[in-house]
Amino acid sequence: MLYRLLRTALLETVWMVVVSGAISIVLGTLVGAALVFFSDPGLGRDWRINRIFRIDQVLSAIVNVGRSLPFLVLMVAIIPLTRLLVGTSIGTQAAIVPLSIGAIPFAARVVESSMRGVDRGVVEAALVMGASPLEVLFKVMFPEALPSLVLGFTLTLVSLVSFSAMAGAVGGGGLGDLAIRYGYQRFRTDVMIATVVVLVVFVQAIQWVGQAISVAVDRKR
Amino acid sequence: MISLENVSKKYPGQSMPALSGVSFAVEQGDICGIVGLSGAGKSTLIRCMTGLERVDSGSIHIGDVDITKLAGAELRQAQRRLGVVFQHFNLLSHRTALGNVMFPLEIARTPAREAKRRAEELLDVVGLADKRDAYPAKLSGGQQQRVGIARALATNPAVLLCDEPTSALDPITTQSILELIRQVNADFGVTVLIVTHQLSITQQACGSLVVIDEGQIVEKGPAQEVLRTPTSRILKAMVTTLSWS
Repeated sequence: MLYRLLRTALLETVWMVVVSGAISIVLGTLVGAALVFFSDPGLGRDWRINRIFRIDQVLSAIVNVGRSLPFLVLMVAIIPLTRLLVGTSIGTQAAIVPLSIGAIPFAARVVESSMRGVDRGVVEAALVMGASPLEVLFKVMFPEALPSLVLGFTLTLVSLVSFSAMAGAVGGGGLGDLAIRYGYQRFRTDVMIATVVVLVVFVQAIQWVGQAISVAVDRKR
Repeated sequence: MISLENVSKKYPGQSMPALSGVSFAVEQGDICGIVGLSGAGKSTLIRCMTGLERVDSGSIHIGDVDITKLAGAELRQAQRRLGVVFQHFNLLSHRTALGNVMFPLEIARTPAREAKRRAEELLDVVGLADKRDAYPAKLSGGQQQRVGIARALATNPAVLLCDEPTSALDPITTQSILELIRQVNADFGVTVLIVTHQLSITQQACGSLVVIDEGQIVEKGPAQEVLRTPTSRILKAMVTTLSWS
């Protein structure tokens, strides 16, 4: 029975992390890249729309709001939105909404810092060769930042595992839910220990794979 | 080929202008050295010439276009006709030597096959034909600068702007890079501008010399003449270092 419980819970956690990870990495990359692009004088800072309102500053303020809310608060605060999107606020599907929204600002900052790490000289070299701002973004900044971006995405996924455990506590299912309902409320120490072990192994696996990909990308250069 | 007239530039928030009333001309096929100490305005000058920085006033003609009057797509078009060599090479770490030389050609929308052929040809010119598939991290400083020079020449520019091209290299490598610059100047007839704080390299490579101090030109003329009879305080001081190098 322990095996069955663990397997179901692990699959739920994996599902939550994978789906919200994919959503937050895609959208976080978009936001993070925009933060860099629209604040850089060589790139989009002087674009016409950016002169009307500073896109990077508006995004940055929104990201800060998202980052300042503890995940538990965010989760309950956006229940109406969750209901609107998936029809319920309970269960694994419902947990994906706050998980994604909570991780987007995190991923955005991670992507931003990776991209700011790209050598300024290389960016300017491309500009001087007559590359357009978007060419610099896609042909220089993204590929140059790739090993660091992969590590950032890994960090995002690991954070999502811990967020997802919290989501479990309020009816989201997954390993966090299992640990609370069986390990804590029913005094099942064996379930508690097993859950902890599975979580540790899961996080280690994510980190190991992420690092291996980053090294593989980096070793090619 | 290159002509600057009354170029002035002041960075916001700084009391001293970075450049004030800079005028000089470089003839076609010449190798011109711009020397000065750190903070003299050399970097600003080259940043203005490459369009990275806007001037406050004055004009910078390269060929027959005034780069200061251009912006956006027109500026980018003009920049593709410029070759620029950097102190720290600034190669793309995710591209091989060949990929780096092809980069400006891709930007200029050269068909891939032609770009590859041209890049291979240039790697041959700089003596790195056997390193075409090597990533920059696997190349020595001198080799990276050779790739940098090949990349700068890729679009067949009339002008090669070199920003401290040997300042990150050891003396022996410096010699070989200078030799290469002289060679491409002779073989392709490309006009070269070398910005540097190393007076010794201008002595070896340059036909004409411009001395800049505190954003102003203090001396200019044929290199040997200027070096033989320095008149400015700054060049006099710099010339005394020559016998040591």
